[in-house]
Amino acid sequence: MISVEGIGKRYQLSHEVRRDTLRDTLGQGVRGLARRLFGRSRNLATEEFWALKDVSFDVKQGEAVGIIGRNGAGKSTLLKVLSRITEPTLGTIRLRGRVASLLEVGTGFHPELSGRENIYLNGAILGMSHAEIRRKFDEIVAFAEVERFLDTPVKHYSSGMYVRLAFAVAAHLEPEILIVDEVLAVGDAAFQQKCLGKMESVSRKEGRTVLLVSHNMVTMQQLCSRILLLKQGRLAPPAPPLEQIRNYLGAGKHGDRITKLGNARRTLDPIGRALLSSVELNGDTSLPDWVLPYDEPLRLDFIVEVKAPFATFELGLGLFNLQGMEIVSVLSSWQQNLGPVVPGIYSLTVDYGILELAPGTYSFGVGLRSERGLEDYLAEAFSIEVVASRHSVRPNLNTIRGAIARTAKFSIKRNGLS
Amino acid sequence: MPAPPEFIIEAGRLERNYWRDLWRFRELLGFLAWRDIKVRYKQTVLGAAWALIQPVVTLVVFTFVFGKMARLPAGNTPYPLLVMAGLLPWQLFANSLTGASGSLVNNTHLISKVYFPRLIVPISSVAVALVDFLIVLGMYAGMSVAYHLFPDWRILLLPFYIALTLVAALGLGLWLAALTVRYRDFRYILPFIIQVGVFLSPVGFNTSNVPNWRLVYSLNPVVGVIDGFRWCLLRENAPIYLPAQIIGPLVSLALLWSGIRFFRHTERGFADII
Repeated sequence: MISVEGIGKRYQLSHEVRRDTLRDTLGQGVRGLARRLFGRSRNLATEEFWALKDVSFDVKQGEAVGIIGRNGAGKSTLLKVLSRITEPTLGTIRLRGRVASLLEVGTGFHPELSGRENIYLNGAILGMSHAEIRRKFDEIVAFAEVERFLDTPVKHYSSGMYVRLAFAVAAHLEPEILIVDEVLAVGDAAFQQKCLGKMESVSRKEGRTVLLVSHNMVTMQQLCSRILLLKQGRLAPPAPPLEQIRNYLGAGKHGDRITKLGNARRTLDPIGRALLSSVELNGDTSLPDWVLPYDEPLRLDFIVEVKAPFATFELGLGLFNLQGMEIVSVLSSWQQNLGPVVPGIYSLTVDYGILELAPGTYSFGVGLRSERGLEDYLAEAFSIEVVASRHSVRPNLNTIRGAIARTAKFSIKRNGLS
Repeated sequence: MPAPPEFIIEAGRLERNYWRDLWRFRELLGFLAWRDIKVRYKQTVLGAAWALIQPVVTLVVFTFVFGKMARLPAGNTPYPLLVMAGLLPWQLFANSLTGASGSLVNNTHLISKVYFPRLIVPISSVAVALVDFLIVLGMYAGMSVAYHLFPDWRILLLPFYIALTLVAALGLGLWLAALTVRYRDFRYILPFIIQVGVFLSPVGFNTSNVPNWRLVYSLNPVVGVIDGFRWCLLRENAPIYLPAQIIGPLVSLALLWSGIRFFRHTERGFADII
């Protein structure tokens, strides 16, 4: 159904200046000419970066295949290449059947248009014909549970309704191959279950091929018969799903103490006059990197680059479990204004105290905000592994079912005879 | 289920099946056009009146400046009609060009998330300009009644000149749209082109006022189009200058052809750099 052979995707990274404006290009042209004339070989600012390298795999019809990997490992690039949004630099992909890709919930939704109008628009964008949408219209509306608001502009929808409607349209596509990127991370739990059920029936009962990217390992295990692990653009050797997930979760611990954030992909479109450049956990060197005993304080040291003066400056963090649920939210502005700040490099420390998180893997979303709006935001910036104790790195996942393993005070007293 | 045909993705492979894909996605083209039209008039109090305000103001100013102050000759034609017959194609040209040039950047979220032949985006953006044009055309009909100057059989050729206007606008628009994806500078160059263009084109006066330069002048594709519009609408009062009618369409077609080539050439990188 899908046969991928030696796919590579190269990007040109330019470090100093982004050649976004004509002046930059002209400038570079002039400098290039000068270099050639005077024979000076100065290092060019551009650098090649392979987002994907030598990726090969096959997917059979009716198979549901999961793709996992850290931020920047190439998952999204792979999906974009498969759905023809961008061309591969090398390699060949053979596909049989109509491909529908869902890389974002509600692509092309227009806030001013009503739910009804957006169903047609979004359907057309995803590749459905007018007749097809009309045939499935009632089904879509019923699935999304938005009957009463069909003629309301979607800008008045709650985010839950918006997501439900968007997923409903996509779920009623009938492609032979469905490519899905991390769209189940939104919506309430009940709807997520409904979507999962739909995806399961799409692949198992209807025999459609599904390729799925998610950070939710529970979803992955539930849905996928096979899991591909991407590491820095390359495919890790094949292994059973559970083992692949373990490989993935273990991958962070052998990385650097300091996680660089500067070049990570930004999903929202932040202003970018302040930049999260790196983060470090605690500074306790006696533990493996990014591992935290559940009963020890959690402290994060960020390096932040401020490029413009701000009157107000705030840092917000969300700590998510693997199911994508936000467990702990902190916002600096609840306590204080971190500004005013002038341009420069800052170190910014967040001390959570002792959180007593149940052992497991947690990921962080981090955002910087000034009076002008969102300056920087990273959805899956980095993750930590919370372990049962200082002496065991093995997560004690089986015994604790809560999100927090609280140390409470207990007392027992005998009050008399029975 | 019969085995669906095999499809191959490879570097440089985008070229094949392009026009078939474009046809396959024709409904999307319609939907995007419909979206743009719908959104344009949502939440505006005056609605369609906005399409009229700009041409009316320009009409008054040009009639005053060229007709009354500069006293440029207009033959037997009432000056406002002369201006309006030039303003019609000019507005269509300028609005289509603006729409097409910004269309890719305005649809970034689509381009980076879904596949479809990108040519659909600038083409569909022209629809809004066409709707505005039809509204202004209605106003012209009212004016022709007021001045008792009705078009004759020549008006049958108007669709040809409308198409020619769109060819010129889209040709240039495709260039600018593709260039704007990489260099946002072109967003600032465009208003400049339009500002200068309205004076470089015979919007406010008759082309016969530039006798010595007429051949060179014809290189501006809008010149032939405006002449054609006047010929269609003002009858024998606006005799046609044949060289402009040959050079203009040729320039327009060359623009469209090269625009499509350039667009197609850069298209495969859009999602990576937009």
